[in-house]
Amino acid sequence: MAKIINEPKSFSVNPLKSSQPLGAALAFLGVAGAMPLFHGSQGCTSFALVLLVRHFKETIPLQTTAMDEVSTVLGGADHLEAAIVNLKTRTNPSLIGVCTTALVETRGEDFAGDLATIRRKQADLLGDTKVVLASTPDFSGAIEAGWSKAVTGMIETVTAEPRRNDPQRIAILPGWHLTVADIELIRETVESFGLVPTILPDVSGALDGTVPGRWIPTSYGGCPVADIETLGECSHAIAIGEQMRKPAEALKAKAGVPYTLLRSLTGLRAADEFVMALAGISGEPVPARLRRRRSQLCDALLDGHFHFGGKTIAIAAEPDHLYMLSSFFADLGAETTVAITTAGDSDILEHVPAATVEVGDLGRLEDLSVGADLLVTHAHGRQAAERLGIPLWRVGFPIFDRLGSQHRKSVGYEGTRDLIFEVANIFQAARIEPTPMSLNPFRNREHPHDSRSSSEPRRH
Amino acid sequence: MSLAAKIQDVFNEPGCDKNLGKDAKAKKKGCSKPLTPGAAAGGCAFDGAKIVLQPITDVAHLIHAPLACEGNSWDNRGAGSSGSDLWRRSFTTDLTELDIVMGRGEKKLFKAIREIKERHNPPAIFVYSTCVTALIGDDIDAVCRRAAEKFGQPEVPVDAPGIVGSKNLGNKLAGEALLDHVIGTHEPDDVGPTDINILGEFNLAGEFWMVKPLFDTLGIRVRACIPGDARYIDVASAHRAKATMMVCSTALINLARKMEERWGIPYFEGSFYGVSDTSEALRSIARLLVQRGADAGLIDRTEALIRQEEAIAWEKIRAFRPRLEGKRVLLNTGGVKSWSVVAALMEVGIEIVGTSVKKSTVEDKERVKAILKDENHMFESLAPRDLYKMLSEHKADIMLSGGRTQFIALKAKMPWLDINQERHHPYAGYDGMVELIRQIDIALSNPVFAQVRLAAPWDEEGTLLVDTGSSVTADSAPGATPHPVPPPRGGRGPERHDRGQDAPPPQGGRAMGDEFGSAASLCPSTWSTLSPSPPVGGGRRPGEGSTERKALTRHALAVPASPRARAKTFANAALNDTDDC
Repeated sequence: MAKIINEPKSFSVNPLKSSQPLGAALAFLGVAGAMPLFHGSQGCTSFALVLLVRHFKETIPLQTTAMDEVSTVLGGADHLEAAIVNLKTRTNPSLIGVCTTALVETRGEDFAGDLATIRRKQADLLGDTKVVLASTPDFSGAIEAGWSKAVTGMIETVTAEPRRNDPQRIAILPGWHLTVADIELIRETVESFGLVPTILPDVSGALDGTVPGRWIPTSYGGCPVADIETLGECSHAIAIGEQMRKPAEALKAKAGVPYTLLRSLTGLRAADEFVMALAGISGEPVPARLRRRRSQLCDALLDGHFHFGGKTIAIAAEPDHLYMLSSFFADLGAETTVAITTAGDSDILEHVPAATVEVGDLGRLEDLSVGADLLVTHAHGRQAAERLGIPLWRVGFPIFDRLGSQHRKSVGYEGTRDLIFEVANIFQAARIEPTPMSLNPFRNREHPHDSRSSSEPRRH
Repeated sequence: MSLAAKIQDVFNEPGCDKNLGKDAKAKKKGCSKPLTPGAAAGGCAFDGAKIVLQPITDVAHLIHAPLACEGNSWDNRGAGSSGSDLWRRSFTTDLTELDIVMGRGEKKLFKAIREIKERHNPPAIFVYSTCVTALIGDDIDAVCRRAAEKFGQPEVPVDAPGIVGSKNLGNKLAGEALLDHVIGTHEPDDVGPTDINILGEFNLAGEFWMVKPLFDTLGIRVRACIPGDARYIDVASAHRAKATMMVCSTALINLARKMEERWGIPYFEGSFYGVSDTSEALRSIARLLVQRGADAGLIDRTEALIRQEEAIAWEKIRAFRPRLEGKRVLLNTGGVKSWSVVAALMEVGIEIVGTSVKKSTVEDKERVKAILKDENHMFESLAPRDLYKMLSEHKADIMLSGGRTQFIALKAKMPWLDINQERHHPYAGYDGMVELIRQIDIALSNPVFAQVRLAAPWDEEGTLLVDTGSSVTADSAPGATPHPVPPPRGGRGPERHDRGQDAPPPQGGRAMGDEFGSAASLCPSTWSTLSPSPPVGGGRRPGEGSTERKALTRHALAVPASPRARAKTFANAALNDTDDC
């Protein structure tokens, strides 16, 4: 059981976190025709927007309430109302996701009350357009928390009392760290059991990088608002990642939908659990295609393990993602020697297969990772990787200097198989040929206990 | 000497014990067993010749052949070079149909030599003949002679086309090429009393670099290590060494013996695999050098070094004993060299449960008998099918072998470690043996084997074998199973030495032999106990607050399992050993 170290620091060096409202915006982007709205100053929105664009290489619909000095002092309700009215008039979104930022949260207002007033006051104008609140100040949490709050908010605000129970329909509540390809794979897998999935949020329709042939001011696609309204009709919900426990609990409280929480879908056993849950829910046999994929994964594990055994890995990622990645490495015989995460309050952290999990930044990752075989974090880890001379495996968000990160699979038998190959190939590419000096039995004999006396990278 | 005469000469090897034991008729037949068409394995003479010569780093190796001979085989071995990387570049005349029909081979070869000379200017070019160029009668000797005159650079013909015989024969023919064209062609100006040659050391994964510093410490100069990390000039002046150590005896025994005949350099056979073998090799070299006039103090210095290094090595190896004791290893290398590692394996309490004695001598077989509990586990050769059966019945915990049987082991879900020439880890010398033990530990403790050995949780029709309800109780929920404890790091190098030696290796690692060694445990019933993150379910009870999470987790997954699935119990599943993977 990992020991969690969460010591307050006076400053952050090379931040690991992306802000909480960004995570909420990402979740709203997984709803068809939605428009996330940052309640804050222009900068709050534009920085998040630029980062999202750099990662997805897409136009990202993201608006701002453009708080100024006056509204900051006198209260932001007017700006919020004006923004909602403008958005409705100009883009007619199906859903407006209000993500509060540190600025307005610090000022402290009754956003839920304001929104209730606005919904009442502008009922005619808004029509079917839903307005959902996610209270996501930048000063706490990170993407994971923001995502979780947005999904919870959508269920609490939009999902109605169920009128019937559809035994074929199940809700999938994926964590933010699953990619477009993951969502597509999950949908195919669920459908192969004869079940109809409603995936919330569904980034696969919105952020999968298509050319739609016309200008769309909102998100392209994703989970339809109508499906969120009828989410309570699902016979079962599968939440993926501890971050999705709150949304799953919200759905259970609101509509009585039972849920299964799967911590991760990566790894043979985790994928087995997912498939077994689906077989259990549907009563259908496991399709031949999945059985074949399982066998392929077994072979990938066998072929891949040579490259993982005995390796040391340094990971910096959000809690659920950290759990998923470190479990993946543990399954293949590699040891996570450095585990850094963004927030210390997730229940998943104690299950991370590492001695300690530290709440920290990429500066800390760099300090601790000397001698590790692989750095695992988002693209900002590249500086540390360069300085340490350790290969970097880019995962999570943001990845702005590589294309296609949304189309990398990481879940199920197929995703795990692909990850094994991807990482094994990094190890093979990073192999450093031995030199006479590196193998000399007498090297560093004077300092046998100074494990850092050699800065030379490990070879195995 | 014609190629036929050369082959006869090579077969008549007085340095080979096995050959000496044969009568005249058997000697004439040579030592290659006739190949069985349809059931042959292993490389050809060209392959053998190239293996022996290619690690000479600063020369160009030019293969006179259609594409396959070189195109399909280049860049496949990890010999280390501390200097030039020319040896890794592949040069082949890549003969086309027209070249062969029109007899352009020799001209093409000559041009190739010229281009390589102009572009890379290596100290020499080794030119290899192959089946097709031998068949069409290209005279590579003549081309090399002419090119050498014209370009003023040694061109070394290596006449070992694949059709003449086995890889082993090719090894010997390569030695002959060195004797005829290279060794003795350069007179060094720095001959010393402690110069030695090492023959048959390939510097795989750079492992000779783990040994050479031992010689440096003792003031022994390695004049030529052939072929590992060798430079042409060193090989050319190898005849001035005072003593020779033969490392891989079957490969270059003819070279060692003929160097003794021609230049009076005594040789002995030794090995750098294994702690005591390394010590014995150092001892023998010191003794030979002192006999040939080196300072007598060398012997004492050697003994002191051996004492010091052995103590360090055994201590590092012993640290693995708690993790490896009782593990069963199947050695399937066929070579004598595997016996060099047996001592180290036994030191950590590993049991040898079977071995191939295909290439072993009578003497070796006696040693094997002494170590193996059951003589039946000594086998001449094992068909892949039988080997698969043996491995899948879990009669061993790990197989050490060459790459050819790698996938038999893996498909049988058996840990496997490469101890042949394609491997990536250096195992020579004292540190190398520690590294071998460390690699065995890493392979044995890898958790993938536990995972892939678990049968898929469904039957051949895909119907679930387990009741999904029972695997989601609170008891087995979060973190029921710890992730495996990784093997200790720091086995080999001193930079990691503190962790491997001072701190005892972590105990209780879920090495697979403990839990998964017996067939009985390979049933789906272990699935739930292995699961790190079983599903947590909630019953359909509207209005329940989040504070009741714990109670909820006790609630079985409220999903209807199909009647068929329910009918099958864990016990049933255990009997049904169907496995999808």
